[in-house]
Amino acid sequence: MKYVVSLLLGLVVGAALFVAGLIYNPFIAARGLSPLSVTNAETITLSFANVPAESIAYTNDGESLHNPHPERVLQLWEAPIRSTSAMATVMRDARGRVAGIGVKFSSDSESTRLLKGEAIIDSAWYVYLPEHGSLFIEQTENYFPLIREVAFPAWRSSASSWRGNWLGDLTVGPGALGTAAVTGGSGRVKGLRMEGVESISVRAFSADVGLVSSEGRLIIAMHENLGGIED
Amino acid sequence: MLKTFFLGIVLGLAAAAGALYAIPAVDQTREASIVKVAPNGGNSETFHINVPMDRIMLGDGGQAGGIPPGLEWPTDEVLAGVRAELFKIRDARDTVVGVAVRTAATSQENNVIDWVLHLPARGSLFINMDVAPLEGGYRIGEIASGSREFGPLSGFMTERWIANDSNEEDAPAGRIELLTSYVGQLEPLETAETIE
Repeated sequence: MKYVVSLLLGLVVGAALFVAGLIYNPFIAARGLSPLSVTNAETITLSFANVPAESIAYTNDGESLHNPHPERVLQLWEAPIRSTSAMATVMRDARGRVAGIGVKFSSDSESTRLLKGEAIIDSAWYVYLPEHGSLFIEQTENYFPLIREVAFPAWRSSASSWRGNWLGDLTVGPGALGTAAVTGGSGRVKGLRMEGVESISVRAFSADVGLVSSEGRLIIAMHENLGGIED
Repeated sequence: MLKTFFLGIVLGLAAAAGALYAIPAVDQTREASIVKVAPNGGNSETFHINVPMDRIMLGDGGQAGGIPPGLEWPTDEVLAGVRAELFKIRDARDTVVGVAVRTAATSQENNVIDWVLHLPARGSLFINMDVAPLEGGYRIGEIASGSREFGPLSGFMTERWIANDSNEEDAPAGRIELLTSYVGQLEPLETAETIE
């Protein structure tokens, strides 16, 4: 009997060591500098509130970490959309002025490989900027660094929260350099193919309600000069 | 006993790694696509939205309150004339298969009607509609871009409002019908010489 108990105890410790190794794996490093931070192309920089309570509307299956907003918004409980969230938010330019509206759909991706440090989300943005036109942004995002450096410490904390200053790029594809594919649909950007990167800045996170204080940023690089489209 | 404990640790490490490798962390629910072959080439697929049941959000600068109750639509002048709606979208079997956003904007320079359809297990479609409706109440738009399954496809989508004439209780007021027509990229066929 004592051998069975010893083996079971060993199994539990082994599994726990594996999880710890996964979280603290030094070979899974942050990607570092955004490829668009060194681009010569003209860029559109947009910031947005990504805390659900600060957005115009946010919904998911109603059982996930973030609470839907407003309270009576329709929830995505049907099986094919249960692992999807939708957010509508105000987009602001680099000077903090309202530049337009953005809608983001995010779905858990089957290409997630936790062993490789990849917690992948497939997402699509629709952004309408009255001054420039409409944009469609297709991207895959990796949330593993955020989970490892923000969510996990919050979960371990006795107060179930994390405070600090965490800034990182979420976009990892589909572009070869880890950039999002951006298509202009109307207005001055109609027909343009561009690249983009979404990043997030987190100042407070709760293991109970998710993001508490945070801001998102989209940088879109236009390789064709349109004249006067920079912010 | 200590040897058994260490053996357990090794087995625990192997079991956790094996489980993480073998069991998918994400397994999207897929509904079989109902795609028809169009008579003039390409494929077509129909989606619809039951209104008002499938409307998640309606934001409109000119409308008091919006949907859902408690929605605070920005009042900034820049967004005057912009109307955005979020919906659940259904396939021909009336099963919810995705979500969509429809944005309509009117301004002095440019009127815009755009759709983005997001089907979690398949990808997304971005359609830029012609603002002027056609005869029969249709509006048509070109697929401007797509992701994943829809990435290599081009084509068109039509939208049409179909009012519900039945007097059934709890029946929708009507539905928005979306008919997509996909055309794949042309790939050159292998010539006989190449095959030889």
